Amino acid sequence: MEPCAVIGIGQTQHRARREDVSIPGLLREAAMRALSDAELTWKDIDAVVIGTAPDMFEGVMMPELFLADALGAAGKPISRIHTAGSVGGSTALVASHLIHARIHRCVLTLAFEKQSESDAMWALSPTIPFQPQLTAGAGGYFAPLIRAYMRRSGAPRHIGHLVAVKDRLNGVKNPYSHLKLPEIDLAKVEASPMLWDPIRHLDTCPSSDGAVAMVLSDAAGAGRTPRPPAWIHGGAMRSEPVMFAGRDQVNPRAGIDCATDVFAQASIRNPRRDLDVAEIYVPFSWFEPMWLENLGFCEPGEGWKLTEAGVTALDGDLPINPSGGVLCTNPIGASGMLRFAEAALQVRGMAGEHQVDGARKALGHAYGGGSQFFAMWIVGSDPP
Amino acid sequence: MARLDRKNSPRRIAVVAFAQLPNVRRDTEHEETELVLPVVNAALEAARLTRADIGFTCSGSSDFLLGRPFSFVSALDALAPWPPASESHVEMDGAWALYEAWVRLQCGDVDTALVYAYGKSSLGDLRDVLAQQLDPYYLAPLVPDSISLAALQARALLDAGGCSERDLAEIASRSRRAALDNPYAQVRKQSDVEELLAQPYLVAPLRKHDCPPISDGACAVVLAAEPAAHRCSERPAFITGMDHRIEAHSLGARDLTRSSSTRTAAEHAGATGRFDLAELHAPFTHQEIILRRALGLAPDVEINPSGGALAANPMMVAGLARIGEAAMRLSRGAGRRGIAHATSGPCLQQNLVCVLETD
Repeated sequence: MEPCAVIGIGQTQHRARREDVSIPGLLREAAMRALSDAELTWKDIDAVVIGTAPDMFEGVMMPELFLADALGAAGKPISRIHTAGSVGGSTALVASHLIHARIHRCVLTLAFEKQSESDAMWALSPTIPFQPQLTAGAGGYFAPLIRAYMRRSGAPRHIGHLVAVKDRLNGVKNPYSHLKLPEIDLAKVEASPMLWDPIRHLDTCPSSDGAVAMVLSDAAGAGRTPRPPAWIHGGAMRSEPVMFAGRDQVNPRAGIDCATDVFAQASIRNPRRDLDVAEIYVPFSWFEPMWLENLGFCEPGEGWKLTEAGVTALDGDLPINPSGGVLCTNPIGASGMLRFAEAALQVRGMAGEHQVDGARKALGHAYGGGSQFFAMWIVGSDPP
Repeated sequence: MARLDRKNSPRRIAVVAFAQLPNVRRDTEHEETELVLPVVNAALEAARLTRADIGFTCSGSSDFLLGRPFSFVSALDALAPWPPASESHVEMDGAWALYEAWVRLQCGDVDTALVYAYGKSSLGDLRDVLAQQLDPYYLAPLVPDSISLAALQARALLDAGGCSERDLAEIASRSRRAALDNPYAQVRKQSDVEELLAQPYLVAPLRKHDCPPISDGACAVVLAAEPAAHRCSERPAFITGMDHRIEAHSLGARDLTRSSSTRTAAEHAGATGRFDLAELHAPFTHQEIILRRALGLAPDVEINPSGGALAANPMMVAGLARIGEAAMRLSRGAGRRGIAHATSGPCLQQNLVCVLETD
C-alpha cells in the first residue's frame, strides 16, 4: 500500500446558526483553509470524498450533486459517504483508500452539517414499522445505555459532570469551538436541567453548523509539503446489526474489534502507553469512560476511575479530547472527521493552545447508529 | 492528475456473481432488510462464498426514497454482521459502492467484497422527490421535476440535429424487445415504432416510452481479486478499468447535448477499442444517444441486451445492475469485452464507466 498523510486541515467557525453562509459557503470556508494549510490550490486535487449524516438534516437529497461546483469537483470524481454518526471518520478512511490503492495522489475530503437548515431532532424521530419510535432523539436512545454502564461499573453520578467541565474548558482553548463556557464548573453542570436521566443539559452536545476538510496525499506529496504531515498508521471500520440479541450496546463488539484492528495495523500493544492523545466521539459526557473501556485503554469498569483521577485532562497522561470534542462542537456529519482532523493536528504539533506537549501518535475515533458503526484511525508524526 | 505510472501493477479484480430481484412497479410487502436478504444470499451462493469469507462490504441507497433517515442501517441486518463487519455505505447508486469496494480491494489486504443496492422508487412521487436533488437555494424551490429536466435535454438534442423523435422511439422499441429475454425486467413487450410515435407527449418532446418506468428493486454483486476470483467463477469478468466524473450542477453551465464527464471517465478507465456489448444507464431514450457518442461506441456494439433502464429503473440500483448484467453476459460467453455505465443527478450530471473483460 502507498503511504498516506494528512497535509492540510481546515475547519469552520462552528456556531448554532451560520446564517452568514450557504451550505456551499460553509464547505468552502473549511476547504480553503485546508488548501491554504497545504499550500495547494483546487487544481492540485484529483478527487473529492464528502460525508454528511442523513440528507433529512438539511432537506437536500444527495447534496454532493449541487455541491460539485463549489468543491471544484467538476471534471473530477466525487463520492458521498453516509455511515450514520461515524460518517466523518468513514469518509476520511474512504479518501485514504484512494491514496493507499494508488488511484490518486491528492484527495480532498470533507464533512459537514448545517443543522440550522432543518431540524435534526425531527429527522431522528421517524415512525418506522416494527421498531419502537424514537421520539426523544439521540439522548433518549443513549441515556438507558449510560444507566446500564453506571450500574455495571458502580460509577458515581458526578463522573459525567467531570467530563462536561473538562471538555468545555478545553474548548475555551480552541478558537473554532462552538460552545465557549469558561465559567463552567461542577455545580453549574449539576444544577442544569435534567434532559434524559442521567444526562443533564450541560452533559450533552450542542447542535452546530460546521464543516471540516483535509487534504490527503501520497508519500511524494507529503515529502514536498511545507508543514509537518500526519502519517496514517492504520484505519478500520466495523458495523454490527440492529436486531441481534447478542449485542452489548454498552460495550459494543464492533468498537472492540475496530480498535483491535487499528491498533494491530499501527503496532500498538498498549494503547494507554503507546498513544499520546485521543480524540474520541463523546456526544454525551458519560461516553468518555465508556469508550475508554471499549477502546481498551483500561479494563471494563475502570474507565470512570481514569476520568476521576484526571488522567484524561489536557495535562494528564492520556489527554482525551483536548479540542473540547463533540461536547463543544457538534455538526453531526462532521463530528467524526473533526476527531480525525484534531488527532492529526496534534501529531503535526499544530493544535495551538490545546496542543498536547510532544504528541507523536494519536487516535481519531467516531461512532454512529445505536453504538453500532465505528471508524478509527491512528496518525503519527513519523512515517509508518 | 490521475496516477498513470503505477509503481505496482493493479490487482486483477473481477465481478464473480450478480443477483437481482424481479423489478416491479410497486412492492408493498418488503422493507429494506427483506429486499436485500435474498439478493445477498443468491450472490454469495453463486460465488460459492459465505458471509464469513467477505473482506469488505459496501452498499448504495438513498434515505429520501424511503422517506426516513438511516434506511441503510436496517438493510445492514441482511448481512447478519456478527462478528461485526468491515462495512461502508454511499448515499449514491450502488455502482459507486462497487467503485469504493474495488478501490478497497486494490489496497491489497482483503480479497473479496460484497456490494449491494436497493431502492423503492414507488413510495413517493418520484418526479418531485428527485427535484429535491437540485440546488436548494436557486433551483429546488421552482420544483422542476426530473422528467421536465430530461425533456429540456431532449429538446436541446433534437434542436441540435442530434437525433429525431423516430430515433428515440426505435431505442424504446429495441429496449422493450430485448427485455423480453430478461425475466427481471419490468417493461417487456413488442412495441411497433409507428405505434409509439402515435402516442401523445408526456412532457414534450418526451413520450411515455422515452421515460423510464418507476421500479422497486435490489441487487448484489460479489467482487473477488485473483486468485480467489477463479474459485468463485468459471469465467470471471475482470474490471480492467473504472472511473467516474461529475459535471457542474447548473444546467445552464453545461452543454446538455454532450456528456463530458462520461467522456473523461471513459478516458481514465481505458475504455477504448472494441466492445462486444454495452450496458448503459440511460433512463431516457435520448440519453442513450448522448452516451454512445461520449463513449465513441461503434455501430455494431450490442447496447443494453438486458433492456436497460428503459425496461427497469430502480433508483440507486439500476447503475449497479448495469455492471452486474454486463459482467454476467460476459461470464456466460456472450462476448469477451464489455462496457458498463452508471449515472446520477439531473441530465446525466455524474457518470461512471467500467470496462469488463474475460480471459
